[in-house]
Amino acid sequence: MEILRYAVYRFGTMLLTLLVVSVMVFAIINLPPGDYLSNQIAELRASGQSAGVAKAEFLRSEYSLDRPLYQQYLIWVGFMPGPHGFSGLIQGNYGWSFEFDQPVADIVGDTLWLTVLVNLAAVLFVYLVALPLGVIAAARSRTWVDYTSAFVGYLGLATPNFLLALILFYYGHKYFDLPIGGLMDPIYEGEPMSWDKVKSILIHLIVPTFVIGTSGAAAMMQRLRANLLDELGKPYVETAVAKGMAPARMLTKYPLRMAFNPFVADIGNLLPSMVSGSVLVSVVLGLQTIGPTLLTALKTQDLFLSAFVLMFVALLTLIGTMISDVLLVLLDPRIRYEGRET
Amino acid sequence: MTQLPDGRYVNDAPFDAQASLQQLERRDLDAPNWVLIWRQFKTHKLGLISGIFLLISYLMLPFAGFIAPYTPNERHPDHLYSPPQSVNWFHEGTFIGPYVYPMTSEANLETFQWEFVPDTDNPAPLEFFCTGKKYRLAGLIPTKTHLFCAPKDATVFLWGSDRLGRDVFSRILYGAQLSLTVGIIGITVSFLLGITFGSIAGYFGGRIDWCINRVIEILRSLPELPLWLALSAAVPSNWGPVAVFFIISVILGILDWPGLARSVRAKFLSLREEEYVRAAEMMGASPGRVIRKHMLPNFMSHLIASATLSIPAMILGETALSFLGLGLRAPAVSWGVMLNDAQNLASIEIYPWTAIPMLPIIIVVLAFNFLGDGLRDSLDPYQH
Repeated sequence: MEILRYAVYRFGTMLLTLLVVSVMVFAIINLPPGDYLSNQIAELRASGQSAGVAKAEFLRSEYSLDRPLYQQYLIWVGFMPGPHGFSGLIQGNYGWSFEFDQPVADIVGDTLWLTVLVNLAAVLFVYLVALPLGVIAAARSRTWVDYTSAFVGYLGLATPNFLLALILFYYGHKYFDLPIGGLMDPIYEGEPMSWDKVKSILIHLIVPTFVIGTSGAAAMMQRLRANLLDELGKPYVETAVAKGMAPARMLTKYPLRMAFNPFVADIGNLLPSMVSGSVLVSVVLGLQTIGPTLLTALKTQDLFLSAFVLMFVALLTLIGTMISDVLLVLLDPRIRYEGRET
Repeated sequence: MTQLPDGRYVNDAPFDAQASLQQLERRDLDAPNWVLIWRQFKTHKLGLISGIFLLISYLMLPFAGFIAPYTPNERHPDHLYSPPQSVNWFHEGTFIGPYVYPMTSEANLETFQWEFVPDTDNPAPLEFFCTGKKYRLAGLIPTKTHLFCAPKDATVFLWGSDRLGRDVFSRILYGAQLSLTVGIIGITVSFLLGITFGSIAGYFGGRIDWCINRVIEILRSLPELPLWLALSAAVPSNWGPVAVFFIISVILGILDWPGLARSVRAKFLSLREEEYVRAAEMMGASPGRVIRKHMLPNFMSHLIASATLSIPAMILGETALSFLGLGLRAPAVSWGVMLNDAQNLASIEIYPWTAIPMLPIIIVVLAFNFLGDGLRDSLDPYQH
């Protein structure tokens, strides 16, 4: 039951972290002078359209943008009653997007699931690629296998992934007839889930997954290789070899398991950078994830929309990190629950 | 020398452990640290080459205007999207020095593209130390002399020209000035923050440590790019390019420090138990002095190595931000701003040379990685 207690404790810290993050996000969003509505009001006044001004003024008080900042924050999160009682993130009201003139929930809608999907696929890709390559690179260290994988890995780390995305898309389309842009065929958009739609999404996922995952996989591979090499130098490996254990079995039986811990723990470092990558790549490739929405929202100072997207992205990484922490404890009983603090 | 029964010879002199140390090693024991580090670093060939390359690149920055044949925003309306021109040495079998063929552009009304025809009959030799557009050497001295420039009635676009007919090669040189310094400024900010917070947390421990540690954890668990985007969206659009440049570098640094602070803190936690730290404290040294004079120098070299390894992230960060249009903006020239032009598939397919700025980015990032690896490997000279 120790593990359950730890999971609950970890969940609690995640919620606290999320709270701090929400304050930070709200502060950052409000950094630029002015907001969407006051910009709009000024614009309307300048062109002499008083009807629009009245509407904007109404929205201002409706979303309590005329109150002090800390009250705006509390209302937004749902700690304080707004004009319509408690109605904030906690109560499931994500706010109103002024730019699109729609509730935020309607705009983000599907894109949330697709964002999760894209990132999940990328994480899977990282593990599937990094695990075998890292092991082979370590087992055959200082051979051409090792050097090639190191070279490819370095290249993956050094290429800006948005460019990699463009180039892969171009060649993927040219030689493998992979579709360009988007996450599904336009005909499936807004359609209910069906087998064909799933297939279309999967095909569209190939290039984005590859692009988002490459740098993460490269980093992960190098770390796994280093860990494994450390383990391989230890006396118990020598003993196993001396006793005539088959190399493959020797490798998987002990050293791999030892080297595996950092592999799981690393997702905490990996996930933030992958989510970053997915935002960037989505913008370049026009994927229907949350990335492009974030960019427009930030550029137009669409307060609630950008705040929500940032919160969602943060939540995604925090949940991922939490899961990896709990998994790590499950995998390795030697890790003491309180010991992870230092 | 005695002969054993089995025929081998054995030296009678008693074994002297000191003598078995080689002459070289004994000198090593007295050599200053940096000599040992340098000696070790030299064996890391890739790191050495990368270091030299980076040194040359940075030294070149003030002279970018001199090397570039054009100024960054000089337009050639007749040569939009001109492909790269090659510099030749031999014309019809005779050596006439470096020259280019003048290009004339024609509009192809079927594809709506400019087509460029080299005039192979009139080779135009390049001019050296010639007079071109005015620029400021190192940003200070106004001058007109360029290392080489195009002959009269011809152009020299080594890496082609972009959609406004600006020379990509010259722009890359000018872009390096911003793109390469972004990392340096960013790392300085992150270094200062990281060392300050890390050492405070590690030295004092207790409640301060707890607070700083939570902040580090929170910042590290957040995706960087969306926060970069949000912060740089907050930069007022009426600021000048230089101000934007500085604020962007600072933003990059602000989100980078937690990683550094973490390693500083861990190191401090172990170092503060050492005798010499306690001795300094007992003699009445203030915490600031103990940190700066006694503890930091211990692993400064280690910090420099890890800083080297995090510069690439900043360079890539600046590129990404500018690429998305939230970083540096148009009159400023950086590699990211240039790539902004190559954002669509059309430019990759039809005008691939507009994506050339990615090459210097990749090379510089790789070089920093190799240099960092080399430094890290050579920092513990006593270990080998």
